[in-house]
Amino acid sequence: MKKEENRKGNRYGMVIDLDKCTGCGLCTVACASENNISVLYDESDKTRNIAWLQIYTITNGKDFPDTEVVYIPRPCMQCDNPPCVSVCPATATRKDPNTGIISQIYTRCVGCRYCMAACPYHARSFNWFDPSFPEGMDRYLSPEVSPRMRGVVEKCTFCHHRLMRAKSKAYAEGGRRDLKEDEYIPACAEACPTQAITFGDLNNPEHKVSRLIKSPHAFRLLERLGTEPKVYYLSAKNWVRRRADNYLTGEFK
Amino acid sequence: MDLTLIPNGVQRCPLKKFVPWMVLWIALITWGVVSAFLCFFKGLNQTNMNHYFAFGLWIVFDLSVIALGAGAFFTGFLTHIIGEVFIYPFRDNLKAVVNAAVVIGFICYSSAIAMLGVDIGQPLRGWFIFWHANVHSMLTEVSFCITAYLGVLTIEYLPLVLSNRKLKEIPEFDIFGNNLHHIIALFAAVGTFLSFFHQGSLGGMFGVLFGRPFAFREGFLVWPWTFFLFIHSSIAAGPSFTLLCVWIAQKVTGKELINRDVFNLLAKISGWLLATYIVLKIVDTIAWAYGVVPRAGMSFMDFYQGPYGIWLIIAEIGIFGIIPAIILITPRFRERDHLLIIGALMNVIGIVINRFVFSVQTLSIPVMPFDKFMSYFPSWQEWGIAIGAIGYGILLFSLSYRYLPLFPQEAEMSPVQVLGKVVTDSGIIKRS
Repeated sequence: MKKEENRKGNRYGMVIDLDKCTGCGLCTVACASENNISVLYDESDKTRNIAWLQIYTITNGKDFPDTEVVYIPRPCMQCDNPPCVSVCPATATRKDPNTGIISQIYTRCVGCRYCMAACPYHARSFNWFDPSFPEGMDRYLSPEVSPRMRGVVEKCTFCHHRLMRAKSKAYAEGGRRDLKEDEYIPACAEACPTQAITFGDLNNPEHKVSRLIKSPHAFRLLERLGTEPKVYYLSAKNWVRRRADNYLTGEFK
Repeated sequence: MDLTLIPNGVQRCPLKKFVPWMVLWIALITWGVVSAFLCFFKGLNQTNMNHYFAFGLWIVFDLSVIALGAGAFFTGFLTHIIGEVFIYPFRDNLKAVVNAAVVIGFICYSSAIAMLGVDIGQPLRGWFIFWHANVHSMLTEVSFCITAYLGVLTIEYLPLVLSNRKLKEIPEFDIFGNNLHHIIALFAAVGTFLSFFHQGSLGGMFGVLFGRPFAFREGFLVWPWTFFLFIHSSIAAGPSFTLLCVWIAQKVTGKELINRDVFNLLAKISGWLLATYIVLKIVDTIAWAYGVVPRAGMSFMDFYQGPYGIWLIIAEIGIFGIIPAIILITPRFRERDHLLIIGALMNVIGIVINRFVFSVQTLSIPVMPFDKFMSYFPSWQEWGIAIGAIGYGILLFSLSYRYLPLFPQEAEMSPVQVLGKVVTDSGIIKRS
């Protein structure tokens, strides 16, 4: 698919500082409750549970006392060149040219799962079961996010409903169309206790994310594949950056 | 009643023998129906697929039967188009097998579409693919073409159904069937056009996955090389599968249904196509190993782990690719019955391995370095639907064979015999 760079409009992105992440999992809890993510009868089945934001644990492979552990939170990468969009036969997923966010239309998805086969990040989850919520939890469902039905694919949307809410609020307050940096933040970034997650417009030089991605410690997952993710990571540790992509012997400097 | 439906000039087993034969296949279909019901009622949690294995046995089965069903369009193409215009022996020889090829094709495509109906998470939304079609998706192209081609196969099957002895007695059916028969070349041409595209798009489906270095291929314009290789492999395997089905029908019925020369011709066509395919496949594999793989930062052996080891590529290209190609292109080998059948069978197995590799192995390989390698084994419900589809295929082929003039040469090659004497169409008894 032809690469669509959205240089003029907004290009929302995220920077996750892995050196600050403690792997506490609060981002995943915030994500799940914000987005009405259903709870599987057996949540220990990590190959079938719904996880828009999953935390991977990596180690440097060294024995104690040199062992180091790093946690990699993995939301949808919201790729600029998404492998999932062009493959969907029913146009149930698309890239918003104004925000760069990859949407998923649940009521249009036929559940063929071709997008899941296309995504190398495993960022997409299929509803193998009917959505269910433990007793009492259904009362906490957000009215802003539609729960998904069995048989469709779902994924992180950068809390798109928050963008809609922020836009409506800004327009109501002063007819503003541009959002300030702190007006639209996904639930995971808001919840992170160590402020490891920074969110903003990568096209806006005043937003912190656009400065952070220029750091020599910034990298993305599987950059070589050409998916152009808009989720960046930061780490001063060389071995962590090495684990973000595949390298042949001697290639990684 | 049963006897009045059986074509003139041929002999069929007694009904009391045919009914138990059908019961066996109906039992398999029942297994499939129960499995499908569970998948519709309870959801795809009845399968062993998961987020890693978004595609499983059903997609392997679909890709395989569509490739093997290519015998229908390709035999039709050789008989009605190439045979009529360029190479007359094709027309004369392949006419003996073209009806059977159409029935096999119809079975393959109808079972594939039925299976896809279970495989998608929201079967009632299947039509969204046509309504909200994404023209960039290879899967859209596959969906359009296989649906349209099933329509073509139905039209090709119809004259055969209408040539049933009893149905032929109705003048309207007879005239309609004859008229359809006269324009069958047109449908053969449409079928060829559609088939070339969806066979290719099935390969393109995997070749475009640039996030999956195992499947990704460069190509020509918007078509990855897998597009062309899938077409090539399907027309190489299709005639072999047709050959195999007819040979099995001969063994089961204990009769000669087509001339040995037709087997030879099918084997020769299949063999040469397989031989050229294997050469191109080897070139493609080498180009991939030295191009896509290192560019993704991976090494060749990263892709062959656990149960999906290097044996798969050896089996696909070497054992079930080069060997059957040699058997089928060598006249003195293919003239021996057992070698002919082994060659055709190995050809078919090789193509099934190829389809398995592209759909399941692609998904088993971790792309993120910190992800893990996964393997998959289908649940009994998945097996049920696949085996039910096989049962359906054998049942429909058996019914078609029993009640329709499937093999034009049969009456001549295996005439009806009463007490060792041949009975002709007009009922005259000759010495055999």
